[in-house]
Amino acid sequence: MKHLLAIDELGADGIAEIHRLADAFVEVNRRPIPKVPTLRGRTVVSLFFEDSTRTRLSFETAAKRLSADTMTFSVGTSSVKKGESVRDTIETIEAMGIDAIVVRHGSAGVPWQIARWSSAAVINAGDGWHQHPTQALLDTYTALGHLGSLDGRRVAIVGDIKHSRVARSNIAAFTLLGAEVVLVAPRTLLPPDLTDWPVRVVSDLDGVLGDVDVLYLLRMQRERMTESLVPSLREYARRFGLDRERAARLGDGAIVMHPGPMNRGVEIAGDITELPNVVVTEQVANGVAVRMAVLFWLLGADPVPTHEEEPADA
Amino acid sequence: MTADDLRRATWRMAHEIVERNHGLDGVVLVALQTGGVPIAEALAAALLEIEGVDVPVGSLDVAFYRDDIGLRPVLPEAVTDIAFAIDGAVVVLVDDVLFTGRTIRAALNALADYGRARAVQLAVMVDRGHRELPIRPDFVGKNLPTRRDEVVDVADDGVDLGEMVK
Repeated sequence: MKHLLAIDELGADGIAEIHRLADAFVEVNRRPIPKVPTLRGRTVVSLFFEDSTRTRLSFETAAKRLSADTMTFSVGTSSVKKGESVRDTIETIEAMGIDAIVVRHGSAGVPWQIARWSSAAVINAGDGWHQHPTQALLDTYTALGHLGSLDGRRVAIVGDIKHSRVARSNIAAFTLLGAEVVLVAPRTLLPPDLTDWPVRVVSDLDGVLGDVDVLYLLRMQRERMTESLVPSLREYARRFGLDRERAARLGDGAIVMHPGPMNRGVEIAGDITELPNVVVTEQVANGVAVRMAVLFWLLGADPVPTHEEEPADA
Repeated sequence: MTADDLRRATWRMAHEIVERNHGLDGVVLVALQTGGVPIAEALAAALLEIEGVDVPVGSLDVAFYRDDIGLRPVLPEAVTDIAFAIDGAVVVLVDDVLFTGRTIRAALNALADYGRARAVQLAVMVDRGHRELPIRPDFVGKNLPTRRDEVVDVADDGVDLGEMVK
């Protein structure tokens, strides 16, 4: 059984294949009836041990538009509250007959563990600070739509790198597609060791604004304040937040991305989210198409080489 | 079939489309990706010369509607592109080879998601038989009796019959 657990398992070819499928689903989503019968009779379970709105809804929308059945499991209302282990939860769900599990968990590695226990396809929808592969797939898809190619492009990822699975997956994805990644963050929000990371690190946002093609702002989690990693949200906004004045200094054609939900007034000023180069809502829209592509790739299609000629016997 | 045979068949089919529909009012061509595309373009060019009407041409990929998903690798070959309204139109589906009829079944379902056509007709360059569904073509370039394991290849320079590569 195929799974989608981390970006580097896909490689550049795998990313390109999912992007190509996503093109077809973007078209499906534009139709008067944005639904195809492709995964009729398949069941997709969302298993969220951590809160999420957009990722869970995005996966459910994607599954429904492919005509799959969906089941949602949120920990707050489940037997996990009664002390059920993850393994027992998986075995219970499996016994109902399912084809894919979309899992989010606060601890790194849980999706791999589930993939070993389960006969269904497992999709990692975020594990701890570790990976969030579908986010990176939709981010690179959105960036490619604006920039054509990512080869040699410069991507700045700004904010709390240390606690961010979005940053880790995006560093891998953008690098695989040929972009150069620079991290912009205070020392306290960087991982202690960056030796194996294919990135450059700076601590001054103003120094890189003029020569980036993608400015990727991470969400500043409010709980980081209580851990004294940054002095105050206002201080963070002043040094690393995108305001109108900084946005004006971005180069022509540069785009601003954010995984959501946005803290307006912290990493991005409230009055600039409507600027044409801020592509946040496009990321959300593309997210549905990319997740349809992932579900189809796992459940509907074998990864055959696409150049193979099929006999013209249709 | 040689390239000349293909051209003659295209012209005859174009005339038949005009005759059947008493002109080209409301007629649109929808080519099945990927084999139907060059044939639909050739038909549209012939229709333009015959009637002086520029018939809209769209394309349809039916990968997401196939009934053999999971039985064999199914990947979309090209993106669907229908830039005109299907509601009320007379849609002529165009494909290169008609075989089991399953692709056409998928295409009929796909088309229904775009709107309610007034009528749907089917034009194919080669009808090779072996239908598995109650589907028949309205316009045929050539009826070509085949064995099930043979391969029919329609290209610009003609139609070839070959052995399936095992």
